Amino acid sequence: MIEVSVKKAWPQLTLDASFVVPARGVTALFGRSGSGKTSILQAIGGGLTPDAGRIVIDGRVFFDSAAGIVLPIHERGIGYVFQDSGLFPHLSVRGNLRYGLSRAKREARIGFEAVTALLGIGQLLDRRPHKLSGGERQRVAIGRALLSQPALLLMDEPLASLDPPRASELLSYIERLRDELGLPILYISHVLDEAIRLADQLVLVEGGRVARAGPLLEVISDPAFSPLIGRFEAGAVLECCVVSHDDAMAASTLAFDGGELRLPRVEVAAGGALRVRIRARDVSLALSEPRDVSITNRLSGTLVSLVARDGPYVDAGVAVGGVVLRALITRESVARLGLAPGMPVWALIKTVAFDSRSAGQVGPERA
Amino acid sequence: MTLLSTFEIEALALSLKVALLASVLSLLPAIAAAWLLSRTRLPGRSMLNVLVHAPLVLPPVVIGYLLLMTFGVRSPVGAWLNDTLGVRLVFTTAGAVLAAAVMALPLMVRAVKLSLDGIDQGLEFAARSLGATRLDAFATVTLPLMLPGILAGSLMAFASSLGEFGATITFASNVEGETRTLPLAIYTAIQSSGGEGEAARLVMVAIVLSLVALAASDAAERWARRMIHGS
Repeated sequence: MIEVSVKKAWPQLTLDASFVVPARGVTALFGRSGSGKTSILQAIGGGLTPDAGRIVIDGRVFFDSAAGIVLPIHERGIGYVFQDSGLFPHLSVRGNLRYGLSRAKREARIGFEAVTALLGIGQLLDRRPHKLSGGERQRVAIGRALLSQPALLLMDEPLASLDPPRASELLSYIERLRDELGLPILYISHVLDEAIRLADQLVLVEGGRVARAGPLLEVISDPAFSPLIGRFEAGAVLECCVVSHDDAMAASTLAFDGGELRLPRVEVAAGGALRVRIRARDVSLALSEPRDVSITNRLSGTLVSLVARDGPYVDAGVAVGGVVLRALITRESVARLGLAPGMPVWALIKTVAFDSRSAGQVGPERA
Repeated sequence: MTLLSTFEIEALALSLKVALLASVLSLLPAIAAAWLLSRTRLPGRSMLNVLVHAPLVLPPVVIGYLLLMTFGVRSPVGAWLNDTLGVRLVFTTAGAVLAAAVMALPLMVRAVKLSLDGIDQGLEFAARSLGATRLDAFATVTLPLMLPGILAGSLMAFASSLGEFGATITFASNVEGETRTLPLAIYTAIQSSGGEGEAARLVMVAIVLSLVALAASDAAERWARRMIHGS
C-alpha cells in the first residue's frame, strides 16, 4: 500500500493531503497547476520534508513526524522522473544509466539490456544528453530511474516539455513499462486524457487537499468530480473491447457493457481492451431514435439524473446497460422535451467526437 | 639565456612558484567557502561573505599587516607554528605564498561560486534519488560540473598572485630568493640607481606573463565548459 499523509504550510498554499492506494499499477495524481501535486511527490521522494505526517510505502516508513523518522533520500529506493529530464550533462547516456545501476540497493530485477530495449535507447548510449531530443532525454531519464531498481517510480508530468507527437510516443513507452514491469508508478498530470490512458487509481488534488482517491473509473464517473475538471472536460469513461475494424470506412467497432460504439479506427487489434472517454458535451439526447441523422452512435437508455450546473447547463446521467453516460444539455432542452428521471431516452454521440488521445490501450494485466 | 640576467630569471622563477603554490593553497578553502555561500543558509553566511571578500576592498598593506599580527613570530599562532612545527612565515617563500593566497581567495571564490550557482540543484536531488549519499552526489555530480569555474578561478588566482605586491612586502618582506617576486624585483630595480633598464625588462616580462595567464584562464574555462555541456 501507498499511505501518504502530509502537512506543510507555505504563504500561498497549505498542504494537508492524505490518501491510501494499493502499491500496484499506475496511480495518477490529478489536479490543476499549483494544487500541490508536486509537493506531495517531493515529500514521498524526500526532496521536501513535511511539517507533520506519515509516509509508508509497502510497509517501509519513509517519514513519520510522530516517531521522528526521516529516511534519507538515497535509502528510499524510489525512481524519480522530472518534467525536464535532470540528466547529468557531464556523463554520456551510458554513464547516466549506469549511475543508478551501480548504486542500487535492491537486487537487480531489470538489467541494462532489458531497459535499453524496452525504451528503445540502445543506439543512444555514447551520446551526451545535449545531443538528444526532448523525447529521447525523457526515455533515458526513465531508464536511469528504472536501473536504480526502485520499489516505486515517481513521475512528475514527464510529458510536459514535449510537443504532442513526442508526448504521445513517450506515453506509449510508459504504457509498455506499466504493462511489462509490474512496478508501481505515481504519476502527476493535469491532463485528464493522460490519466485516463495510464491510471488504475486516481487521486484528485485540489487546493493542497485530496478531494478524492480511489479506482479511476469510480472517481471519474462521480458527478461530484465534474466541477474539478471543468464543465467541458467532464464525462464518462467506458471499458471497451475491440470487436472489429472496418478498413474501408477507417472505423472500428467496440463493445461495452451496454452496447456497441463506432470510433475512428483505433490501433488496437480485435479482442484488445480499450478505455474510451466520452465527454458530456459530446452527448446529445433524443426521446425517440432519430434515423435520418448523420450521428452513428445511437444508444438506448434510461435517464437517471438531472443536475443543474452554472448558467444554462444541466448535467444528465443516462444509464445504458451497466454504465452511466453523462450528457451536458441546456435547461431549455430539459423543459422543451419535458425530461425527468426514469424516462427512456436515446444518447447520441458523433463518431468524430472521439479523439485518439482519449482512447487508451489497457494492458493485458488489467484487461 | 641572454635576454634576462640571473637576478631576473630568479625573480621570474620565484614568482611562478609562489603563484602556483598560492592558487593550489586557496583552492580547497575557496571551494568550501563557495559551497557554504551558495548552498547553505547558515546564520554566519554574510559574515563569511564579508571575510572572504575583504582582500578585494581593503588596501593590500592592511592585509599584510593583519597577517603579520596573526602569523608574526611574536603572535601566538606564529610562535606556535615556529616552536612546534618549525615553520616560519615571515621572510620566507611560505609567507609570500600565504599572502598571495589570501589576496587571491576572493577571485577564486567568486569564480567557483558562480559555477556552483549555475548548477541545477535538481541534479543533486536526482543523484540522491538514484542511491548516492550526499558526499557521493557532491563528488560525482556537483564537483565535475564545477570544474570550469574551478579552472577559471585557479588561473585567475595564479595571474593575480603573479602581481601581488602590497601584502607580500608588508608580511613576508623583500628578501632576494625568498620573497622577491617579479613586482618586488621591479620595485627594487626602480629604487636602485642605474636599475631602469632592468625594471623595464621585468615590466615587459610581467605584462606578457599576466596576459598569457588571463588568456589561458578564459580558454580553459571555455574548454571545460565544452567538455561538460558540449556548448
